[in-house]
Amino acid sequence: MTAPLTPAQTIGPFLSIGLTWPDGPSVVDPAASGALRLGGRLLDGQGEPVADGLIETWQAGPDGRFPEPGGPARQAFRGFGRCLTAADGSWEVVTLKPGPLPAPGGATEAPHVDVSVFARGLLHRLVTRIYFADEAAANAADPVLRSLPDDAARATLVAPAVAGGYRLDIHLQGPRETVFFVA
Amino acid sequence: MTAASGDGVHPPYDWPAYGSTRWRAPRRPLAVLPENLTETTGPLLGAERVGEWDHDLTRQHGGEPIGPRIIVHGRVVDGDGRAVPATLVEVWQANAAGRYRHPGDERPSAPLDPNFSGAGRTVTDADGRYRFVTIRPGAYPWKNHANAWRPAHIHFSVFGRAFTQRLVTQMYFPDDPLFPYDPIFGSVPEAARPRLVARFDLDATEPEWALAFRWDIVLRGRGATPFETPGP
Repeated sequence: MTAPLTPAQTIGPFLSIGLTWPDGPSVVDPAASGALRLGGRLLDGQGEPVADGLIETWQAGPDGRFPEPGGPARQAFRGFGRCLTAADGSWEVVTLKPGPLPAPGGATEAPHVDVSVFARGLLHRLVTRIYFADEAAANAADPVLRSLPDDAARATLVAPAVAGGYRLDIHLQGPRETVFFVA
Repeated sequence: MTAASGDGVHPPYDWPAYGSTRWRAPRRPLAVLPENLTETTGPLLGAERVGEWDHDLTRQHGGEPIGPRIIVHGRVVDGDGRAVPATLVEVWQANAAGRYRHPGDERPSAPLDPNFSGAGRTVTDADGRYRFVTIRPGAYPWKNHANAWRPAHIHFSVFGRAFTQRLVTQMYFPDDPLFPYDPIFGSVPEAARPRLVARFDLDATEPEWALAFRWDIVLRGRGATPFETPGP
């Protein structure tokens, strides 16, 4: 039996009332070994910061495993991050670098983080991924990156390393528009 | 065309009647993400995120908020009709005067209520059921177009069990006269709009205490796991 799906609606401008978590950005304890900062800015089609957005992240741990409900690993590594964007459009989570993952057909997915973007003006969430620029060989073999039309499109998903972590801006629109996936 | 349009369920991103979409809607075609491990798993957030009174928005302060007390309840199921148990449901809403407790909502014409924050949380039970007690929110004006008013609504955020099931949406109340004028409600394909509207529920209404509204939420099916997942 199938049931008709519930449609999405925009998160609106007042999302912080319901969705603020003090520990939202801490995918892992910032003091944990290997903890790094992953972040960037959320920008609109005019290059203006989106100051009322929400970024959520979901990813495997360094061993390629996902947190189990109630398990001890979940206490140490939640896999999930949530960060409201600031006045300058910036967001940041503290996390561990994910490991590679097996994919169908014997392929391997390069280390990546799945990202949901919510904001006023987005009637449905946007879905994107973040990869890591220092995984060039793995990225070159990644089936999702390979499915994109060209290097410019791929580059919108690959975060350069910076001191303490990785940074990548998400462009909702415009000449550097980020690749988004069907949500 | 953006790919969210045309699925018969979700609104398109590009929807000019809602002015905020203009510089925020992507213009390029959406790519397709296969449902691999990161997509078929998801954050299983539950009771550890919910406080004692998070499900009752009328008991979070010293006194009771102004406005008609209501019960809002329902089930979270997936597209295959299966219950979604133990999943976090977060809500937020305006007060009875249509005012949000938010620095971005400063209208002097609508007062804040010192006894109402407007945020709630709960987790679904083993059968996917959730239940909130709150007050009925008011409609409120916004600046999208001349004499624009949002129909009364409660914002919902639901996780499900997989990244692909994540849903943020809004629940509306039956027979709202503002529906034909609201570009956000109207962004949903017409046949799917009734799914955003709760129904009055006399059976769950508590005598001399609160009217009840029932609203079921249907998330995407999780699909078949495409291949074996790593062991624990």
